[in-house]
Amino acid sequence: MFFLRENNTHPAFKEAARAMLPMATGIAAWGLMTGVAMVKSGMSVVEALAMTFLVYAGSSQLASIPLIVASAPLWVILATGFCVNLRFVVFSLHLRPYMMHMPRWRRMLNGYLTADMSYAMFTRRFPNPGTTPEQWREEEAFLSGNYFVTWTSWMASSVIGIVLGNLIPTSWGLGFAGVLCLVGILCSLANTPIRRVSALIAGAAAVAAYSLPLKLNIVVAILVAVAVSFWLEKHASSAEGQAA
Amino acid sequence: MNTPGTELWTVLVIVGLAAVTVLSRCFFFIFDRPWALPAWAERALQYAPVAALAGVVAPEIVMQAGHLVPTWHDARLFAGPVGALLFYWRRNVLATIAGGMAVYLPLHLGLGW
Repeated sequence: MFFLRENNTHPAFKEAARAMLPMATGIAAWGLMTGVAMVKSGMSVVEALAMTFLVYAGSSQLASIPLIVASAPLWVILATGFCVNLRFVVFSLHLRPYMMHMPRWRRMLNGYLTADMSYAMFTRRFPNPGTTPEQWREEEAFLSGNYFVTWTSWMASSVIGIVLGNLIPTSWGLGFAGVLCLVGILCSLANTPIRRVSALIAGAAAVAAYSLPLKLNIVVAILVAVAVSFWLEKHASSAEGQAA
Repeated sequence: MNTPGTELWTVLVIVGLAAVTVLSRCFFFIFDRPWALPAWAERALQYAPVAALAGVVAPEIVMQAGHLVPTWHDARLFAGPVGALLFYWRRNVLATIAGGMAVYLPLHLGLGW
């Protein structure tokens, strides 16, 4: 937590904040677009601000906006948000050994504030979890410095986007920047051949099954893509076995 | 069941989505006891995140009002792939947004695509 003195006075806090600073412009651009997209979709300023400060997850916000506008059932919106957030579930498995020495409230607050960029920078800086209290303090201070910068730039730019949103005509289609942002995250996740195939199949399946109610096309897309990926995984490893 | 447009409903959705953020970001370290998903579920987590995002994004680029876009005169069809290529070139989401919009806006506002 960046508001605790023991974290923000540690030298690792400054080191982490300085390392994250170059990313702040990218995060700010994304926040700005998310802010604009929320207002342009018809959410009130209060709702958009509440979403920014509570949800703090750009991709699930962007994915849920059209569902909120269409008044989809609550569980559908939450399930879609969780699907888009599945990458964080993978991150949390990786982060567990770094977190377990803390009390639960502290783990959960750190976890809540750790988004894509902080996770990536933190695990690159500390490839192995610390074992001594000094190492734990350094890790938490570093992580806090990372997400202090991401949180601040995200919040400030989102608020600016929410304020500016009302000044920009919807017909300009600036909301498409939100889709492009998801395209960027998608490409960053598609970092192995099977994952790229998985993305292509899921995209095609989601389009083909679009007429299903309750956004079930996304669930169909995940199921089909994961099934094909499993098959490819098995096929690739048995081909390797034959070659050897 | 769902009362469209009421503010209370939207606030409920927002609080629910905040809970989803906490649940997903803390998923494996909420409980003290070590535990693991079944092996198939951990394998699925290798591919499900990218599939979920692709499932959300693809219709936003190639569909209009529930149908495939009937014409290639649609700015999104060009801006989306350009944004993806830019990511592989620059490894930067900002490049995807900026470059994609640089393709999208002239086509959309200039030519009305």
